[in-house]
Amino acid sequence: MGCAYSLETVSVNVAKRIFDAVIVGAGGAGLRAALQLSEAGLKTAVLSKVFPTRSHTVAAQGGVAASLGNSTEDHWHWHMYDTVKGSDWLGDQDAIEFMVRKANEVVIELEHYGMPFDRTDNGKIYQRPFGGHSMNYGKAPVMRSCAAADRTGHAMLHALYQRNVRAHTQFFVEWMALDLLRDADGNVLGVVALELETGEVSIFHARATIFATGGSGRIFYSSTNAFTNTGDGLGMAARAGIPLEDMEFWQFHPTGVAGAGVLITEGVRGEGGMLRNASGERFMERYAPNLKDLASRDVVSRSMVTEINEGRGCGPDKDHVMLDITHLDPAKIMKRLPGIREISIQFAGVDPIRAPIPVVPTCHYQMGGIPTNYKGQVVAPRDGNPNSPVPGFYAAGECACASVHGANRLGTNSLLDLLVFGKSAGESVVADFKAGNLSLRPLPTDVAERTLARLARLESQKDGNAVPEVRLAMQRTMQKHAGVFRFKDLLKEGVTRILEVAESARTTCIQDKSRVWNTARQEALELDNQIEVAKATMISAEARKESRGAHVRDDAPDTPEHPNGRDDQNWLKHTLWFSADNHLEYKPVSLKPMSHDVEPIALAKRTY
Amino acid sequence: MSKRTVRFKIYRYDPDKDAAPYMQDISVELDATDKKLLDALVRLKAKDDSLSFRRSCREGVCGSDAININNKNGLACLTDIDSLKQPVVLRPLPGLPVIRDLIVDMTQFFKQYHSIKPYLINDDPPPERERLQSPEEREELNGLYECILCACCSTACPSFWWNPDKFVGPSGLLNAYRFIADTRDQATSERLDNLEDPYRLFRCHTIMSCVDVCPKSLNPTRAIGKIKDLMVRRAI
Repeated sequence: MGCAYSLETVSVNVAKRIFDAVIVGAGGAGLRAALQLSEAGLKTAVLSKVFPTRSHTVAAQGGVAASLGNSTEDHWHWHMYDTVKGSDWLGDQDAIEFMVRKANEVVIELEHYGMPFDRTDNGKIYQRPFGGHSMNYGKAPVMRSCAAADRTGHAMLHALYQRNVRAHTQFFVEWMALDLLRDADGNVLGVVALELETGEVSIFHARATIFATGGSGRIFYSSTNAFTNTGDGLGMAARAGIPLEDMEFWQFHPTGVAGAGVLITEGVRGEGGMLRNASGERFMERYAPNLKDLASRDVVSRSMVTEINEGRGCGPDKDHVMLDITHLDPAKIMKRLPGIREISIQFAGVDPIRAPIPVVPTCHYQMGGIPTNYKGQVVAPRDGNPNSPVPGFYAAGECACASVHGANRLGTNSLLDLLVFGKSAGESVVADFKAGNLSLRPLPTDVAERTLARLARLESQKDGNAVPEVRLAMQRTMQKHAGVFRFKDLLKEGVTRILEVAESARTTCIQDKSRVWNTARQEALELDNQIEVAKATMISAEARKESRGAHVRDDAPDTPEHPNGRDDQNWLKHTLWFSADNHLEYKPVSLKPMSHDVEPIALAKRTY
Repeated sequence: MSKRTVRFKIYRYDPDKDAAPYMQDISVELDATDKKLLDALVRLKAKDDSLSFRRSCREGVCGSDAININNKNGLACLTDIDSLKQPVVLRPLPGLPVIRDLIVDMTQFFKQYHSIKPYLINDDPPPERERLQSPEEREELNGLYECILCACCSTACPSFWWNPDKFVGPSGLLNAYRFIADTRDQATSERLDNLEDPYRLFRCHTIMSCVDVCPKSLNPTRAIGKIKDLMVRRAI
């Protein structure tokens, strides 16, 4: 067949499809947004690289946070306090108030959609304790995580997909969005996308574009994330001139299966599991006397790495610790943690009823992303306003930064985030559409040229670098230079190194030139997106000269003047990274809640 | 397990260049850390980037990487590579059209899933709080709601091979029963009507291949039996 894509042939072949709205991604956030649009009757296209129920929301395990108070007393004020404290005060308090106050509503909606939550004896939604969630402002653990066994994400994603089937949502399954389309004034006009089965390239021209493309944890070598989590939304936004916010903040989940990286939910510790070092000591008692194993994830991960670094790790290489639930009733494990038992047997070779699970902190979640406000509108600096909405552009879920997670996310707040902001992004589009604020702006004639140039370059590249090799170099670099603990010198060197890797990614080369389901081409295009995320992370991390939440560096230690190494005077601000020249800008954190129903949560030292 | 070389025989077909499908003999050296068949497929792809297959979560919950492994359907990410007889013979799921290599066209499979109205039907105005359900009532959904739509079962079912357009298949029927069994759902009678047909339900001849291959250890045959019981009970 010869070359599938050359600049000459493709420009005439690009089909155009017109919609009111296009949603990229059909995980939890995309599906929740799609429901709003479908039910409002907007002509909507939902694009997904995978069949919707294969999106990575499916892998979430432990639960979704809501202060329903079904088993213990609870209030949204407490949830808000926990989330702000968990964020190490980098979260925007207006967005956080919005999210925690919407929690009950969006969880109850899901129940009405048919989600099979576990139940309490009186028939209500079952809730379990989770890390960093407390009653009465940090006094004791609270039961706030609404769960369907340890398969909450699976139950949620399927319920949302099913509801969309009912609502006749139009899906474009196994289509990959390649680039965001903007006009000269910066208005967003849709995306250009590739159908995997046929290799067809098409423009989706829309009044509104919602990104719900998920995370990009696969930029690290060891990750709980799916192969498909390649940060496509972030890459597309960055290439189109939208900055990425707070990309230095990555969550390392305390309990990935050692070696395999597969996630073991924090719900295991919520149900009574404990972390132990080589001598069998429950070491979290030393690091977090109050919440112990249920301290915030960044705190637990650092404690584990400290144990390992000081020689108290387990196994022949002393390179992991143990997660112990052997003291729990096997019936409880079978009922509440059946998926975890399967995973342990499959990937660690141990039955957790009988033996502890070897675990190690593993890259899990990106706190940063495409900057948005609580309405799900994408915002960027313009005319002196750091939060000026980008016309026609919305984002929700892990790809977005509202920012509710700040420098460290609490477990169960991610499923809540995608529900609340998926819904609010959808509501914003419907409202803007009805108000007549969304027009179908003309497409510039050369709007897809950059994408076609990328495709053509890949087709004709000879003697370039193999995609798996460049990807591995990126993953090793990120793991070594931007891990759980960060070091001034390593960060500096990491910037140089990742820019070299980025340079080598400009000449990636594939052997497979088929038009039909070309996964080699797909992986090369995904790598372009991953490289944007990796650069954003390393450069933002090197620049932030303090320790905060998940970003802890050796030259910003815990001192009386700077508790936990945090420097509020100079660094209580959001990072914005721009791809074009790798420059950074900063914008203030919103320290004021949305309403007068609650006082701002005052800055304090974080202890658990 | 240390470094070792594993031999494969893999079904290959690229409609863009191949006149007909063929079996490719290929082997790959694995690292000590490569434990699952998917690890080996990723290594193979690094060697030959044209090898095409679906994969995503790599932990058995997204349902992407269902293939036919040594004549039995399963998920590549949950299959221990060292448990397999060599050469490991890999084919696309049987009974569905092949798009390329190990990638099949799942349209027919999802059409059947959609045909059972896979969503909760309850026309009462939703209450302010959750609809109540006792732990025992919720327990009825166990073994049903966990389906990952990988299609291992339906494409292992001879009845589905012969009538993919008429027989709902084990996965679709398991999901149909998931809603029938849900105390919150009000459409049992409508759902039974929808299946009362010589093909849609009654083509199941309890061969039980579905149970044998389900990577989540679910039992579609039992769910189908329960639907048949309900049909009989409402007829008398």
